[in-house]
Amino acid sequence: MNWEALFASAIDGIMLGFIYGLAAMGLSLIFGVMRVINLAHGPIIALGMFSTYLLTTQLGLNPYVGVVLTLMFGLLFGIVMYLVAVHRVINQPELTTLLATFAVSLIIIGLGTAAFTTTPRALDVDVGTLQSGAVTILGTRIIAVLIALAVAGGLYGLLYRTRVGKSIRAVANNRAAAELMGINTTAMLAFSFGLGAALATTAGGLIATLFAFTILAGGSFELKSFVIVVLGGLGNPTGALIGGILLGLLEGVTTIFIPVGWVPVIEYVIFILILLVRPNGLLGARA
Amino acid sequence: MSRSIARYAGLGLMLALFVLLVAACATPPPPPPTPATSAPQPPAATSAPAGGATKPIVIGFTASQTGNLNVESKKQTQGLQLWLDDVKKAGGIKLSDGTVVMPEIKFYDDESKTDRVQALYTKLINEDKVDFLISPYSSGLTKAAAVVSEQNDKVMLTTGAADDKTMEQGFKGTYQLYTPASRYLAGAIDLLKKLEPNAKKIAIVNEKDSFSTTVANEAKAYATAQGFEVVLAEGYDTGTTDFAPFINKIAAANPDAIMGGGHFQDGTTFAKQLYEKKVPVKMIALLVAPADAKFTEIGAGAEGVIAPSQWETPVTYSPESAKAANLPWYGPTVSAFVDGYKAKYNEAPSYHAAGGYAAGLLLQKALEDANSTDAAKVKAALDTLNLLTFYGQIKFSTDAKTHGKQAGHTMVYIQWQKGADGKLAKQIVFPLEAKTADAQARQ
Repeated sequence: MNWEALFASAIDGIMLGFIYGLAAMGLSLIFGVMRVINLAHGPIIALGMFSTYLLTTQLGLNPYVGVVLTLMFGLLFGIVMYLVAVHRVINQPELTTLLATFAVSLIIIGLGTAAFTTTPRALDVDVGTLQSGAVTILGTRIIAVLIALAVAGGLYGLLYRTRVGKSIRAVANNRAAAELMGINTTAMLAFSFGLGAALATTAGGLIATLFAFTILAGGSFELKSFVIVVLGGLGNPTGALIGGILLGLLEGVTTIFIPVGWVPVIEYVIFILILLVRPNGLLGARA
Repeated sequence: MSRSIARYAGLGLMLALFVLLVAACATPPPPPPTPATSAPQPPAATSAPAGGATKPIVIGFTASQTGNLNVESKKQTQGLQLWLDDVKKAGGIKLSDGTVVMPEIKFYDDESKTDRVQALYTKLINEDKVDFLISPYSSGLTKAAAVVSEQNDKVMLTTGAADDKTMEQGFKGTYQLYTPASRYLAGAIDLLKKLEPNAKKIAIVNEKDSFSTTVANEAKAYATAQGFEVVLAEGYDTGTTDFAPFINKIAAANPDAIMGGGHFQDGTTFAKQLYEKKVPVKMIALLVAPADAKFTEIGAGAEGVIAPSQWETPVTYSPESAKAANLPWYGPTVSAFVDGYKAKYNEAPSYHAAGGYAAGLLLQKALEDANSTDAAKVKAALDTLNLLTFYGQIKFSTDAKTHGKQAGHTMVYIQWQKGADGKLAKQIVFPLEAKTADAQARQ
């Protein structure tokens, strides 16, 4: 047992967990407000990666300025996607909305592959490291955690401290009643979808500052988002953030104990166990 | 009224999305794929010598025009197409009885999927009646194609496929152009021994796919045989995005060198994080990723990383080196191939492209040697080939169990080094007789 490696990995895992959590919050928010499972979540994360990449490499912007612009892009993209592909089927059974978002996912992947190919891209971001013994903390991860926290905090403030947030919560609670109270539910749903997509693209942008990626790279983060959402409770964005941190920690720590190839197995075993024992998630309301 | 129009429009959109979805998800056999045949040039009587009959032959394969292998596969196909252009420019492949063999290619998109490969190779053989086959790109897809080809007694040249096990099944008509995976890292281990005589400990890590696992297992055995201690040998899951905890674990084992890797995305991230984490090793040798020019996007993390490659543009194979090695030379020179490729595609050829061209070239040589398009005669000709081309030496195993496995071709090892202009440049550092620069140990 190497305690230093274990400690270093726990920190690495927790920090990455914030980004997992941010991505999962997007998925969870959309489901919480409109009961739509967004299967285009992964490709939207990948769009965030490419948006940040292009802003940085083509326009010469600072990558973190790129991430902020990517957030705006995600918001717009989500609103447009909602109005074009989701709104018409919003009252249909869940399978229909699932298929609609899956179609968007295929369109993004198809166009993205044609435009960018599947050659991996990477951003060369270097903001120094903090080193102490075997523990090396990367500056890029610290900044990523700070941005993730700021965005999560901003979302919380928006949902619980503003009128728009109140409207969104009202729509989530009871759409018909909200409409009767004079709330423009279509606008709120579109805005919520935009927020969900913005969280996904922001997470994608941050991931782009850490790892190499391709247009298909959103897939593994989408899968992790589903696990996290189940862990934290469907429709509960705070739970998603905490779930993300837990998953990151789990990945970091188990890597030290077992062959690294077994880590995903452990992850999904835990996923199934939670579904069996607490189907509403660790932080979800009890059934 | 307008509501009902909107409703119909909505239904129409849904229907369109649904059709799209079904089209994208259809499992094989899908609706008949559109064949992407190269513009079939009419058997040009003008290019055939007077009195000689023109015999068209069709070479079939699948290409990954979509899916995760599209980049490499496209380059491979481009290489093959360049070969076809060259053959046509030369007026076809001339046999001694005056017959001119005029090749044509026919290929389909396999979407980078094994099940598509099986269905499409069956179609190429049974419906399109192709004469010869070339493999798809990648070991996984080629494994599937080879089974179909063997069952139908076809001759297939595989390129873009380095897996050993595929070629150890006693195949009769499958011939491999790539250096097998088992020999990928042997040169890097030899190089480490020369470069850092005090290095004793190696960590071998690999993606858990068939190709990388074979490379890692063979490297482990070779390293042990060479007196190294393998202090860590672990596979990581395909699709792993973060290596930070794994790197902490590797660093704790205190290796002198790290070898392994997998494909593009994982290898790039792994190298980037090894650099960021300042892991103090003398050598990092990774598969696949460092060979691509985009690898340098990770900046300083790319410097000093070594990678095996099937072929690189500065290789020094030439008619003179063939003479020195007592081998016959065949086909274009390295510079003729590189220039021709650049002229047609506006980019330098990668080893995938070179492999694609070489596949066509070797088939051409076999047809000439066989003096026939008869499959049995072409097989016999391939069995006896031992020559040097722009792509390197080619010789196939004739052993019953490993028949067709590549036995002549060797890897070259590249290293990203900082040039005088401060930019990273790819240098060949091993084997020593082919080097363009001395290998550098990591600081």
